[in-house]
Amino acid sequence: MRDAFVRVLTEEMERNDRIVLITGDLGFGVLRPLWERFPDRMVNAGIAEQGMVSMAAGLAATGRTVIVYSIGNFPTLRPLEQIRNDCAYHRADVKIVCVGGGFVYGSLGMSHHATEDMSVMRAIPDVCCFTPGDPAETEAVTRAMLRIPGTCYLRLGRGNEPKVHPAPVEGWTIPKALTLREGSDIALLSAGGILTQAMDAAERLAEKGISAKVVSFPCLKPLDKETVNGLLASFRVLVTVEENTVAGGFGSAVCEIAAEEGNGCRVRRIGLQDCFATVVGDQQYLRQTYGMDGAAIAAKAEELLDGKRQDG
Amino acid sequence: MESYEARVHSGFPEGKPDVSDPRVLAWLIRRNGLEMTHLSRGSHIGSVLSVAEIIAVLYTSVLNVDPKDPKKPDRDRLILSKGHAGSAVYSALAETGFFPVEQLKTHYANGSVLSGHVSHKGVPGVEVSTGALGHGLGIGVGMALGARMDRAPWRTFVVLGDGECDEGSVWESALQAAQYGLDRLVAVVDYNHMQSLTTVEKTLKLEPFEQKWRDFGWNAESVDGHDTEALKAAFDRAKGNAGSGKPSVILAHTVKGRGVSFMENNILWHYRTPQGEEYEAALAELEAQRP
Repeated sequence: MRDAFVRVLTEEMERNDRIVLITGDLGFGVLRPLWERFPDRMVNAGIAEQGMVSMAAGLAATGRTVIVYSIGNFPTLRPLEQIRNDCAYHRADVKIVCVGGGFVYGSLGMSHHATEDMSVMRAIPDVCCFTPGDPAETEAVTRAMLRIPGTCYLRLGRGNEPKVHPAPVEGWTIPKALTLREGSDIALLSAGGILTQAMDAAERLAEKGISAKVVSFPCLKPLDKETVNGLLASFRVLVTVEENTVAGGFGSAVCEIAAEEGNGCRVRRIGLQDCFATVVGDQQYLRQTYGMDGAAIAAKAEELLDGKRQDG
Repeated sequence: MESYEARVHSGFPEGKPDVSDPRVLAWLIRRNGLEMTHLSRGSHIGSVLSVAEIIAVLYTSVLNVDPKDPKKPDRDRLILSKGHAGSAVYSALAETGFFPVEQLKTHYANGSVLSGHVSHKGVPGVEVSTGALGHGLGIGVGMALGARMDRAPWRTFVVLGDGECDEGSVWESALQAAQYGLDRLVAVVDYNHMQSLTTVEKTLKLEPFEQKWRDFGWNAESVDGHDTEALKAAFDRAKGNAGSGKPSVILAHTVKGRGVSFMENNILWHYRTPQGEEYEAALAELEAQRP
């Protein structure tokens, strides 16, 4: 996703000389092509995220689109008040980009587990939040994000995720959800890089004769309400999947719609269950340990369907 | 009933103050600030009284701004980072024609755009909303950087509180401004030596303050923040620093509560609202100082 983002950003910076990138002293190697190509539009803010985000708001006030690039929680939780007051309240054209959402930096420990950012960023008014699920979605989302004014949050995974979409996502518009797999027994709704696990779960369910639909939500806020309502009307059980705490994140957003507008369809949220990951390991290990890998999602879906069948 | 504007302006010849004179504007900032704080039962009169000359000199003698065209592209940018002294900026803007003086009486009121901490929404002439301390200098760094990228002639001014300099983010931004050599960025600290609970000295010591800024890579000087001529000269020198490759800071030594004897250097008046006899006494003292 990171590489797809940098590729699209390079193209867009080529085309639009009002795009500036500020990095919080991160992105060695990844950003090097940009430094070489646009030395006058690259700023290193140092390890000073609060100053970095205020600066981004000030730069945006001079008629620029400002990309703020950092990893994990550093561009969100640390300068949160600067995002709220200086960027969002002023509708500053600042795009906060996080590389390493979820357990990407799993082995580095709690400080580097970005597992509340979706919930926190979603709560701030006038911030559009993007959670692409694979490189193809990242390309589409990055292009769309750079064409809208105002403050946005882009949560990326790592540099080498597998492609889930077989082809580029063409003509995507905010906030459209994307169906990856049709199914009729249960729907798996995914936001972010955990999409690979939702797809894996659907495959596992298919082997047991259960038909699971998989829908990716590259835009967390605004959420594609129309698609959520359609799913609520068509299924008795929805499962949401996110590499983020279940408190206030994607699953919560779906539940808000289900509670206010749904027809009694149950929603089960898979994600970090309002806790910290206290062991370390690679991304897949932590997904497995905290019950959000393909096997865990499939097991949960099956259990829910069994429960529904017994309910009659 | 007499209008708010008439009440404040009535003592001037033909009811019209000469707001191009920084001493007149500073007096109006104090007079308006006192009445606005009284009407709203609001706080922070001590800060408004200390920052009065700084804001007055900026609007009369330093800033290139136009009340008829508040968004003109080459205007200078002013950020009041100590947003709690917002009524000083609102007064200066109203008195110099950005919006009606009469509107000042809505400060803090239900449905008003004149929030206690300075806000840009619906208020012509305000660039940035502040209130959470430690944000303004960073925004100023971004603006100054943008101006330099555009090779634009305008300058950026940020007014900070001394207590505000407890915030780590101020020093992040100070490092960044120096690193990028933003020599058209000017910070002014309203150095009234008091903060919310007690003195700066007893809270988090800032001295040697001037040296700190120099060590962070800034041009720094100290002036009497109530002497309008001294302030003007300091702003002139800061202008002359464009080309030095360093941002400039003016440490304006002020007195919290300046102009009202019983408020001066009295920590009570950071939060206390002037009412009853105290309000009348403060008003009488200011009336006696009308320029």
